[in-house]
Amino acid sequence: MVSSRVQFVTTMTELLERDKRTALVLADISADRFLPAARRHPGRVVNVGIREQTMIGVAAGLSLAGLRPVVHSYASFLVERPFEQIKLDLGHQDLGAVLVSIAGSYDASGEGRTHQSPADVALLDTIPGFTVHLPGHAAEVDALLRQAVAGNGRVYLRLSERSNHQPWHGAGAAGGMTVVRAGSLGTVIAVGPLLDPVLAATELWDVTVLYASTIRPFDSATLLGTLGRPDVVMAEPLLRGTSLGPLSAALAHIPHRLLPLGVADVELRRYGTPGQHAAAHGLDARGIREAVGAFLGLA
Amino acid sequence: MTMKTVFRFEDLPGLLSLMSGDEKHDPAALSTLDVLWVLYDRVLDVLADTAGERARDRFLLSKGHGPQAYFAVLAAKGFFPPEVLSSFGRFDSPLGYHPDRLLVPGVEISSGSLGHGLAIAVGLALGLAETAEGGAPRVFCLMGDAELDEGSNHEAIALAGRLAPDRLRAIVVDNDSSSYGWPGGLEGRFAAEGWETVRVPSSEHDALALELGGPSSPGAPRLVVVEASSKDNSWRSLAGAPSRN
Repeated sequence: MVSSRVQFVTTMTELLERDKRTALVLADISADRFLPAARRHPGRVVNVGIREQTMIGVAAGLSLAGLRPVVHSYASFLVERPFEQIKLDLGHQDLGAVLVSIAGSYDASGEGRTHQSPADVALLDTIPGFTVHLPGHAAEVDALLRQAVAGNGRVYLRLSERSNHQPWHGAGAAGGMTVVRAGSLGTVIAVGPLLDPVLAATELWDVTVLYASTIRPFDSATLLGTLGRPDVVMAEPLLRGTSLGPLSAALAHIPHRLLPLGVADVELRRYGTPGQHAAAHGLDARGIREAVGAFLGLA
Repeated sequence: MTMKTVFRFEDLPGLLSLMSGDEKHDPAALSTLDVLWVLYDRVLDVLADTAGERARDRFLLSKGHGPQAYFAVLAAKGFFPPEVLSSFGRFDSPLGYHPDRLLVPGVEISSGSLGHGLAIAVGLALGLAETAEGGAPRVFCLMGDAELDEGSNHEAIALAGRLAPDRLRAIVVDNDSSSYGWPGGLEGRFAAEGWETVRVPSSEHDALALELGGPSSPGAPRLVVVEASSKDNSWRSLAGAPSRN
């Protein structure tokens, strides 16, 4: 199966070819992969070198000129390092852009803390107007990138090398959650590549499993429409609690219980594999099973 | 004052007074008054009634501090009625201590936090080269010498030199206000990256118009340093660093 990053390069290269409004801004990361596109469209593929503040500023300028910029780097260097440029050059100027990150929380497990950014979506939540996608499969990357580039707004597309065994489209592509399994003892919302471990963890239990590849805007309607017992687990490969704000706002009118699962707010100081990091944060099937079982009172 | 429809440079202090309420003006506002007037009066191909046209020249005020001179010039040139100036800083006013492009007609970028404008200007110049029908418009970006303290500018200075959008003009108003200064002159930082540079005293309007409006060499972005009167700088003497003059 093709990886999310390879799918991004393939789809992006095609979009640059087909739509003269599309532009790409890079800061060396993945630049080699876009050399063929840069040769064909030198004015619309801009590599700024290792200059991430300028990367966002240049994207804002391209947007002011009427182009649709896509900006790409590691989440750490795309969101955290130039955060004020995102806040002001895109948010405050009210300009559109599509930010496409790789590595995210712990895909770059062997590279250490410098290349990990579990808080990226929590940070973007402080800037009004971002749509946030966490595709759980390369085929979803293709669909969500096409949709994002066709629009005008501010979009964050967070790629992961962790993948579910199959893509889920349908409601997900339109921004809503997909009902993967219906049950009565509680609800688990699985975000992006956490769907497979959530399904494995809960396979013996009568719980609803919702899949979300889009978490901003937050699909309160599907959650409320399928809600049985109002005990809700939010399992996201992000800083633990990232989506608690919109989740508790959705349930504000009824008594409810919430359990956030995510990346722990600690300096892990470990290398190894992404799977080992998932286990360390309780985000593998076993950790999810233990946490959800205890929360819902299921053996 | 009576509201006229045609304003001269000599009328700008009166317009500034509508914002400050007296004859004392913020030095940050006054240092840019000459160059802003020359730009809008003699250089920029943009008028109030062409402010939405794709082919217009773009002026980006990166140094968003002290925008009173900018607002006075925009009002003098008819982008909005001069009466609006007297609302400066109020809750319901479009005008405040840093400009907002969504609120003020003619303002191309919102600014205030230093070190953002030049990278946006580079992207805009590159983008307009793609989207313009016919010749691409020029992009001007005005900064301050202390603004160059922000490292983001040095990313953008180098990139502009390399990607060479030759429709790009940077303007630095130099009132020697950077805490630790730029030994050898701030233009050296641009020249090392392939920029054409020139220095003009802020009071010499004819020379300003010539240098701002003239053609630049193909492939080189152009810097015009506008030398304004120096500001006292205690931190620099504490560090034993020399003053400009």
